Amino acid sequence: MENLSYLFVAYSIIFAAIVLYVMFLWRRQARLDTRLRGLEIQLNEMRDELAQDRSKAMTTATRSAS
Amino acid sequence: MGTKAAYRLGVATLGVMTAAIFMVFVYVPTEAQEGIVQRIFYFHVPCAWVAFAAFALVAISGVFYLWFGQQVWDDLGYAAAEVGMVFCTLVLITGSVWAKPIWGAWWTWDSRLTTTLVLWLLYAGYLALRAMADEVPQVGRLAAVVGIVAAADVPVIIVSVRLWRTIHPAVIVTRQGSHGLEDPRMIATLLVSMAAFTVLGTWLLMLRFATLRTTARIINVGRQLALMEAEMVDMGAQARGS
Repeated sequence: MENLSYLFVAYSIIFAAIVLYVMFLWRRQARLDTRLRGLEIQLNEMRDELAQDRSKAMTTATRSAS
Repeated sequence: MGTKAAYRLGVATLGVMTAAIFMVFVYVPTEAQEGIVQRIFYFHVPCAWVAFAAFALVAISGVFYLWFGQQVWDDLGYAAAEVGMVFCTLVLITGSVWAKPIWGAWWTWDSRLTTTLVLWLLYAGYLALRAMADEVPQVGRLAAVVGIVAAADVPVIIVSVRLWRTIHPAVIVTRQGSHGLEDPRMIATLLVSMAAFTVLGTWLLMLRFATLRTTARIINVGRQLALMEAEMVDMGAQARGS
């Protein structure tokens, strides 16, 4: 069992690096997903607001023309 | 990238990795000359394989990006470079830990070690370039060229043990043309470990690629929001004017 510590260190480093990298990717993806959801909600709200503004502008333009 | 596909590949990685660990620590016999520390080999070589495959993918996607100019190829190259760097770092670290009890030194300027370090430095430069100037539109093209040029070091590393005097063992195929693994169980363990790391590398690539695609979607939605805001400001100004 000579040099067992080197074997232990090598495998520990491999597993630690992989686990840390997976966690880093997972957290980054979760953060990006939250941000994307927020922006999409904002986009939908703005779309509705813009559609209302457009219809108001159309109504005003029709009234002033008549 | 589907969450279900990533989940399935994650489960597959766990399964095949468990099999590889079992074979490395239970199934395979201890090598006669180097002893137990030789078992580092069964994860050291697959790490190198995944790193080389990832860097080859950087070069291929770089060529496609330069040819077609589609963002998806740039993202794939970026993801592959990062995954390749993780495994290239592990190759250098595990190699160093293995070298200490066998060669008596953590590091030696051997041809294979040096060319691998050069590869690591080239892709560190690639990632530094991406991190510092990712908003600059030309950086994708520049990074593609760097990725292609850097990948030329991979075949140099592979043939380095035959071209130059080296103390690094040529394990898969020796200078005499035979393979360096005398027991069939050693070959089986190496193959299972290679398969495990291939699945792991693919899974990590999938996860990293997904983050880059989500970032691209965020940028796209942000642009749409900016356009709408501009339109609303314009409409407001028109309404006030009338």
